[in-house]
Amino acid sequence: MMTGNEACADGALAAGLTFFAGYPITPSSEIAEVLAERLPRRGGVFLQMEDEIAAMGAIIGASLAGRKTMTATSGPGFSLKQENIGFACMAEIPCVVVNVQRGGPSTGLPTMPAQGDVMQARWGTHGDHPAIVLAPNSVAETYDLTVRAFNLSEACRTPVILLLDEIIAHVTEKVALPPRIDVVTRAGPDAPPDRFLPYRHTPDGVPPMAAYGVDGYRFHVTGLAHDETGFPTNDPREIDALNRRLAAKIDRRAAEITDVVRESLDDAEVVVFAYGCVSRAARQAVREARAEGIAAGLLRPRTLWPFPEAAVRAAGARAKAVVVPEMNLGQMAHEVEWALRGACPVVPFARVDGLAIRPSQILAEIRAAA
Amino acid sequence: MSGYDDWLRLDKLPHIWCPGCGDGIVLKAILRAVGRMGWTPGQVCMVSGIGCSSRTPGYVDVNTLHTTHGRALTFATGVKMARPDLQVIVVTGDGDATAIGGNHFIHAARRNIDLTVILYNNWIYGMTGGQASPATPAGRRASTAPFGMIEPSFDIAALAAAAGATFVARETVAKPFVLDKLIERALRKKGFSLVEAMTPCPTAFGRRNHQADAVEMVEYLRIHSTSKERAATLPEEERREAITTGVFVDIDRPEFCGEYAKLVERLREPVTA
Ligand SMILES: Cc1ncc(C[n+]2csc(CCOP(=O)(O)OP(=O)(O)O)c2C)c(N)n1
Ligand code: SF4
Repeated sequence: MMTGNEACADGALAAGLTFFAGYPITPSSEIAEVLAERLPRRGGVFLQMEDEIAAMGAIIGASLAGRKTMTATSGPGFSLKQENIGFACMAEIPCVVVNVQRGGPSTGLPTMPAQGDVMQARWGTHGDHPAIVLAPNSVAETYDLTVRAFNLSEACRTPVILLLDEIIAHVTEKVALPPRIDVVTRAGPDAPPDRFLPYRHTPDGVPPMAAYGVDGYRFHVTGLAHDETGFPTNDPREIDALNRRLAAKIDRRAAEITDVVRESLDDAEVVVFAYGCVSRAARQAVREARAEGIAAGLLRPRTLWPFPEAAVRAAGARAKAVVVPEMNLGQMAHEVEWALRGACPVVPFARVDGLAIRPSQILAEIRAAA
Repeated sequence: MSGYDDWLRLDKLPHIWCPGCGDGIVLKAILRAVGRMGWTPGQVCMVSGIGCSSRTPGYVDVNTLHTTHGRALTFATGVKMARPDLQVIVVTGDGDATAIGGNHFIHAARRNIDLTVILYNNWIYGMTGGQASPATPAGRRASTAPFGMIEPSFDIAALAAAAGATFVARETVAKPFVLDKLIERALRKKGFSLVEAMTPCPTAFGRRNHQADAVEMVEYLRIHSTSKERAATLPEEERREAITTGVFVDIDRPEFCGEYAKLVERLREPVTA
């Protein structure tokens, strides 16, 4: 038995976390508290920094020095981290950023659930940049997706965001820990120090990475647009190539990264698109609708970004409507609408009063759409 | 590795600094000091924020990290805690370190983590074209203080001392060889050390304050600086005007990486109850 926050800490340790820096904020604080207890016992580093900006900077520095790193926060802290998240995208630093969402805007609702950071997770930092965002809907899945967040971040050399919500973070559930997990570690340098290019345009778009001070490697890292050597450039061709490679290294893996769970979709006339805690209510609603003879189905993304565009289009192709219940004013509903391109109507259902969406509310939307 | 050319990325020259900028003098002082430490380039990591001064690491052939504005100390803390065997040097400007980065500055000093900070104080935001900084002296002009600065300025060395730094010194680029000795002492110190290097910015500061001539600006720093010992003998008014130099703090206090290592060691011991 454990909570989502505990499962996140556990999953991180299993995936190889040895460096955590954070700043307390409800409802994410237990992740830091568990790691404050466990990391030093394993010889890892736990740091409580002076704010979220500092925590983000510290994990980037530590990752460059070869560690697997993570930070955890909630809405206001996530906003503070954005500039440095952009740095991690630009400088291609693997790290995991957990955001246990709370109600907003501003300090909003510290102890109540919400899903209002979906777009912040995608576009919170400035400029075009890749994003990988995972959203589990149970404690067990939080463990699994935390491990996956580390693996994707190491494989793609990019920050990965784990988007929890207050309900998943605090609910206590039974978890059978997997006996064995796959652990991915970033590819090491592929050339001797004098010929190593830290930002080489490799065929798969991910440059192999050296660690500061290890085996004689030394290199320059900057948030400025840079060439393959890592030094700033003003050459439009090099800048263009960099920006396109950063986007493409995720885009070309989109199918492999995208992870959706489908339930009763084969003949579904009303599709519910739901993620995180809301997907649990949606599942119940879909079952009840089926019991009433309505052909309802559930599409549940576990990766919010890259957005599962193909899966949405496939599910919506035969449907009368796609219902999108979420605890924000329709952030994902817009994305679903864009993906469907008019194939069928989208029915957003928003709840922003700090309370969980109930199965009966989703069922009512399904009935109306059927 | 002792000649400072050995530590330069010669292929990155010429540098971006304006003619007459003091930043190159500070860079040279840092390299002379580093050259005497007996380190290999791979052992050293130089981290900076954003600003003219923060472009320094681009020219130094070690592990270099040019971060976000004001946040150099946070990245440096991560590098140092992940690899305590690396010698981590932080290069920053007065605005970078004490405005946007002020919070990180006092906390890194409080934590007493083994970092050496070389703070280039040119009294202005150079890179963005001459806006006021928390170090702009009262009455001086900046593009955002066109009628003269009316906010009191930070005494940066005193700020570091009050926050808990274990080594604090200040010198001007008019005395580059004194500066490099102070930097060497800071590098040798285990703990948070700060060297505040007073450096001229003829382009963004001088031009607005009738000092556009670089030589004149260095002369100004030379004439207006005085050792802290001598300053103590000056009348109150003159003392306030003076740029005091020398070592203000050189104390020993538990260092953070070491304290963390002790914690890990303590937890490793078998628990007997
Ligand atoms: C978050 C953020 N805010 C503002 C800036 C713009 N900016 C770049 S450098 C700088 C001031 C640098 O001044 P200082 O630290 O004194 O360094 P100097 O250029 O004088 O060496 C500012 C405000 C930025 N890059 N990032
Ligand atoms: S603007 Fe000032 S600080 Fe910046 S390079 Fe020019 S002289 Fe130096």
